[in-house]
Amino acid sequence: MDELKEYQEFINGSDFRSGLKRRDFMRLMGGGLFVFFHAGAVIEALASEGDQRRQLPDDFNAFLRIHEDGKVSCYTGKIEMGQGVVTGLAMMLADELDVAFESVLMVMGDTDLCPWDMGTFGSLSTRMFGPSMLAAAAKARTVLLEMASEELDVELDYLEVNEGVVFNRRNKSENISYQQLTEGKKIVRVLDKEAKVKDYSKYKIMGTPKMRVDSVEKVTGKAKYSGDLRMPGMLYARILRPPSHAAKLVSVDTSEAEKVEGVQIVKDNDLVAALHKDPEMAEKARQLFKANFEVEEEKDVNNSNVFSYLLDRAPNGNVNIDEGNLDSGRNESAIIFENEFHDGYVAHSPMEPHTAMAHFDGDKMTVYAGTQTPFPAQSNIARTLGMDEEKVRVIPPYLGGGFGGKSAHQQAVEAARLAKLTGKPVMVDWNREEEFFYDTFRPAAVVKINSGIDDDGKIKFWDYHVYYAGDRGGETMYNVPHQKRTVYGRGWTAPGVHPFPTGAWRGPGNSTNTFAREVQVDIMAAKAGMDPVEFRLKNLTDQRAIDVLEAVAEMADWKPAKSHSGRGYGVAIGADAGTYVAHIAKVDVDSKTGEVKVLKVWVAQEMGFCVNPQGATIQMEGCINMGMGYALKEVVDFEGGQVNTKNFDTYQIPRFSWIPEMETKILDRHTPPQGGGEPAIVCMGAVIANAIYDQTGARLLEMAMTPKRVLEALKKV
Amino acid sequence: MQKTVAFTLNGKKVSVEMEQSKTLLWVLRTHFELTGTKYGCGEGYCGACTVLIDNSAVRSCATTIGEVAGKSVVTIEGLADGDKLHPVQQAFVDHDALQCGYCTPGMIMNAVGLLNDISDPSREDIISGMEDNLCRCGAHNRILDAIEDAASAMKNSGN
Ligand code: FES
Ligand code: FES
Repeated sequence: MDELKEYQEFINGSDFRSGLKRRDFMRLMGGGLFVFFHAGAVIEALASEGDQRRQLPDDFNAFLRIHEDGKVSCYTGKIEMGQGVVTGLAMMLADELDVAFESVLMVMGDTDLCPWDMGTFGSLSTRMFGPSMLAAAAKARTVLLEMASEELDVELDYLEVNEGVVFNRRNKSENISYQQLTEGKKIVRVLDKEAKVKDYSKYKIMGTPKMRVDSVEKVTGKAKYSGDLRMPGMLYARILRPPSHAAKLVSVDTSEAEKVEGVQIVKDNDLVAALHKDPEMAEKARQLFKANFEVEEEKDVNNSNVFSYLLDRAPNGNVNIDEGNLDSGRNESAIIFENEFHDGYVAHSPMEPHTAMAHFDGDKMTVYAGTQTPFPAQSNIARTLGMDEEKVRVIPPYLGGGFGGKSAHQQAVEAARLAKLTGKPVMVDWNREEEFFYDTFRPAAVVKINSGIDDDGKIKFWDYHVYYAGDRGGETMYNVPHQKRTVYGRGWTAPGVHPFPTGAWRGPGNSTNTFAREVQVDIMAAKAGMDPVEFRLKNLTDQRAIDVLEAVAEMADWKPAKSHSGRGYGVAIGADAGTYVAHIAKVDVDSKTGEVKVLKVWVAQEMGFCVNPQGATIQMEGCINMGMGYALKEVVDFEGGQVNTKNFDTYQIPRFSWIPEMETKILDRHTPPQGGGEPAIVCMGAVIANAIYDQTGARLLEMAMTPKRVLEALKKV
Repeated sequence: MQKTVAFTLNGKKVSVEMEQSKTLLWVLRTHFELTGTKYGCGEGYCGACTVLIDNSAVRSCATTIGEVAGKSVVTIEGLADGDKLHPVQQAFVDHDALQCGYCTPGMIMNAVGLLNDISDPSREDIISGMEDNLCRCGAHNRILDAIEDAASAMKNSGN
């Protein structure tokens, strides 16, 4: 728990409570300069998340503090899950404030220390939170400069700052440090309106590659994830699980389990668990539960009928775009295309399963949980246990991968319930089977597109229908005079339809939408007899899209050819979280086995000003990598609410031998920073499908493009 | 049946009194509180739990405590020489060959085992040696680069 202890010490052991108003925070904190601010991310996240919402505390969701010792910290409810946000945000803060990167500490996600935040997802951390934090830093800098001006009796215009020391440009011996300025004072400001931040060209730390700050801890095994925490008397819980999401517990006989020496059995309505200080003994006891489950009605859906099942139950559509007139578009078209695209359920499967450790001291519940949503977890725990929110503290230690899957925090609620019931610290660490069973899968989805081009290869109309994936990434992107987009089902959940919970998966919905759009565009290009890059450029007017496409074509030394050329090159473009991407892939399809080997992927990304090129590059690589899985291999095997996929023997995530060579490029821009954790994943399905077509003439309209499906498509050529 | 098992753990002689059938992974994580060795799948598919037993990379979730009697077990915590990182650890840091870091200890231990077997591996040797270690964050290519570098660093230092 070193890192937790460390930052608690760092803030001088202040006695915080959660759910505080600004004035309460103020009362409890020590000295220094404080700037409270509010990041736009919260509003957007609130609008999209539905039932998890709760009132924002007062009017801020983050604050930064210049400590009396000159150190700087920023308190935010966001968390680090491997995406490197801690590094990027610290760089931004240090740069705007003119302090050393090393003197900045990000305090993240602890519900007692940090102001409320919805959670960490959607590439929002840099894009939405970052600018607000920069503005707050700018405000702090202005306040400090004004103070320095008074202290030194030097006009503001002559003052400059270097590593936290303000000096007179004309006489450097006249200087004063942030530390001296704030010592013994308590200065509070609120970021009311846009503070003026530096010009992008003035940043020295941002824009230069920075290695991640947590490597040494992670390569030595010292980094503590939730499952690594230990407390005296701690028990491991093994919880009785249903065979299906449709199953209800009728009765359970725990008498055999109770005979296991040292075991403690808990039965609390639906929660039946064996607890033991030895996890293997707890498991042994769990195996001895004799449970009766009743399945009232299992949904009649499985891997082979899922798409027709979903279409049969499609909710009413919402028209999100309706421009021009589709009939006119049809009349203006020389060739009309109609296709249906399928995308199956996909698991998040982070290497660390959901884990939480809870302890209850008779008054306060503390839960260490690997979660993307500490504050909603706090609310849920409080509600479930009938406790006040202030009495529940959620602390997120290192997270072993999230990808959207750890927005759900069932394990934290389970741990808290068991800790309260037993009065002992309880570890709930799911095994891999539980992780697959409770994964909030990326929803299976269908896209239908009807479109047409004229003799000149111009897209004339675009009639787009997306079922169950939501609208993210559904934008047409191309310049089409007559277009309509209808979205069936809201976002990534469709209560009552899917046989298990579904949820946000890295770039939610976008990979499905981009797959459909970019394959449809490729089909049109091929039919028009045009090179797929040329066809796209002909139909694009969005300059950012044109820029990334031209950049990637140059990187890959693209030689125009009509597809299918036999070469195995595919192209796709996409946009996500305010960022534009373009991909080119080279594949080699084994026509006997249907195996697709991706040899190389080129990606150009335009993400506005890039805060940490090193971090952004690693995210792009991670996206290419993870995208290989959903594109080619990942299939959840299920029968109604029974999840038959239980471990990595059948669920194939990317391995060393599949990973292509990668070449990435981030376009240099001085516009506001945009998201980087997800965009490069959205094109992976389409770019591979288009490359398969280019080599073989086989069209894949369904993901994952498993060898079996590739062979079927090859037969149709 | 409870029995005494004596073995060497990270260079120190230790002995435990327990059932022979206990899983090494959990004994390390609970009894010895060496939590750098991770649980990922529990069935030998992911490699997160990899440790060295007599210098070979082994999955601790598929090994019983009885099997290590008299042997030498090294976990990620025992790899560095004080503050000096093992060349493979150092190469992972230098290459930013990790994101969430959860797979990292297993990756490193497997790589050390691999380099113990083949001191001058080709890229293909490394790929096939690492193939069954899973990483969901997608650090693979950097991990391969790191291992290549570590191999040459170790060769140069005659390690
Ligand atoms: S936990 Fe041992 S191989 Fe996965
Ligand atoms: S770094 Fe996250 S699983 Fe490998």
